[in-house]
Amino acid sequence: MMNQLIQRLQESFSSGFVGATEWRGDVAVTVTRDRLHDVAQFLHDDPGMDFDYIVHVSSVDWPDDEERFEVVWEFYSIRKRHRIRLKTRVPESDCIVDSLTDLWKGAEFMEREVFDMMGIRFHNHPDLRRILMPDDYTEGFPLRKDFPLRGKGWRDTFDFLDEVPR
Amino acid sequence: MAFEDQRTTVYKVNPEHPESETLPALRSEELLLNMGPQHPSTHGVLKVILELEGERLVKSTPVMGYLHRGVEKLAEDGTYHQFIPHTDRLDYVCAMYNNFAYCRAVEKLLNLQVPERAEYLRTIVAEVQRIIGHQFWLGTQALDIGAMTVFFYCFRDREVLLDWFDELCGARLTTSWYRIGGVERDLTPSLIAKLKQFLDYFPAKIDEYIIFLETNRIWLGRTKGIAVISAEDAVNFGLSGPTLRGSGVDYDLRKYEPYSAYPKCEFSVPVGKNGDTYDRYWIRVMELYESVKIIKQCLEQMQEGPIMADVPSVTLPPKQRVFTNLESMIQQFKLFSQGFKAPPGEIYCGTEAHKGELGFYIVSTGGSKPYRLKIRAPSFVHMGAFDHMSRGYMISDACTIFGTYDIVMGECDR
Repeated sequence: MMNQLIQRLQESFSSGFVGATEWRGDVAVTVTRDRLHDVAQFLHDDPGMDFDYIVHVSSVDWPDDEERFEVVWEFYSIRKRHRIRLKTRVPESDCIVDSLTDLWKGAEFMEREVFDMMGIRFHNHPDLRRILMPDDYTEGFPLRKDFPLRGKGWRDTFDFLDEVPR
Repeated sequence: MAFEDQRTTVYKVNPEHPESETLPALRSEELLLNMGPQHPSTHGVLKVILELEGERLVKSTPVMGYLHRGVEKLAEDGTYHQFIPHTDRLDYVCAMYNNFAYCRAVEKLLNLQVPERAEYLRTIVAEVQRIIGHQFWLGTQALDIGAMTVFFYCFRDREVLLDWFDELCGARLTTSWYRIGGVERDLTPSLIAKLKQFLDYFPAKIDEYIIFLETNRIWLGRTKGIAVISAEDAVNFGLSGPTLRGSGVDYDLRKYEPYSAYPKCEFSVPVGKNGDTYDRYWIRVMELYESVKIIKQCLEQMQEGPIMADVPSVTLPPKQRVFTNLESMIQQFKLFSQGFKAPPGEIYCGTEAHKGELGFYIVSTGGSKPYRLKIRAPSFVHMGAFDHMSRGYMISDACTIFGTYDIVMGECDR
């Protein structure tokens, strides 16, 4: 039996619907980038969906895929007590998606973190700056898979005292 | 928020001097003030840029990341077992609950059943950790806004439980006691006796804390009606835990998505009304009583049994067997050197830590390391609402608002 949430989304958005999975009780829906905001609006406003609570915004890097980045939003409905994961893919050459800050204000910091860590920009975001890394950080985006674990050598340029002067 | 500007009189230095005609009124632009990163009430290294109009906060911009250690990147480089000690360093005052949240997420990924006794042990220790967390919060937030005595009382009682942790797992703060599929070791009779003794006298101590604070007019004045957030806004910002329940939303994952031994215990979830700092304090204090109730019920209901799931490909063998049995030693060695392979897929698992919803989003591609691990840290999400909650309050209330979130920067910056 197909999940009711997936079914309703598929009926309402035949053009933007890419795929859906249900695994370990988690419902995940992938939509195209251009319909993302419409789907989110539907999830937020529709009384049957009623997703009023934002859980997290995240992103996954798949370097071998044509559309390299996957942006993930997770929502919860406090009244209906159900969860959904909304995903969309963006290519590296044009990694920008619509921000959902206008629907869930909590998305502001979470999307800033995604920008900081993976370099995905958000259209209509009120304050898209780095949040955890320093503002003048120039090595790129640390959570991308091509970023080495030990960094790119920026820290080696820091001045350290090798030994305590006597 | 608009404020009445009373500074309209033009003060002329010398009316006969022609230049004085062009002298402006008193300067009335906003003042920018850096609070932190070394301010004691920011609970770590956090800077907030405050825009002030007089003493009122017009806008505040949190600047975070001073404690960023790249934990999510480190997770991609280690096996699932190796990440447990990293979770201790997220919210370093409440390591047990971080271990718990992480182990639950991995168990959901593996679809692993935990034995019943282990579930009870997990619940007991998690609630002890909740008591420690709330005591720490109660003491420090009162200290921040000028009520000093309760700090000493909270920390005195917290010390007893930290020693209890020390006896349980050998560490007071960075515990790493939870394991994927169970727990590391069982409670000894001495530990159970000590815990029962603590539970007997602790409710009277909570009453003491309450007397200290609620007879303190300064403390009451600085918490009642401060940092008010409506239920609708609190949900929209994604707040969780006591910070959300203070606004009257009874969102508690222990009730909404019951896990571990919580469904077998009777307890209530205190919910506030006004959404101010005082209500959030009240909720945390009431949760102390509830935690005592939960632990007592668990101790009563708990039966003898295994404390680790018996899935040799994933779970660790008992320590005694590792020293005497070759197969167990090989099993332990393989698990720590290579890890286990998790099925491909992705899960999100949220756990109600004492600060709020602590969640792990794990993407696996079938390897022995997580492909992507995202931590949903309540402190980070709460900081997103800081600007909204601080607007229009006095500059001294900024300390109260840090306190009301129960913020820990290790978790916020990860």
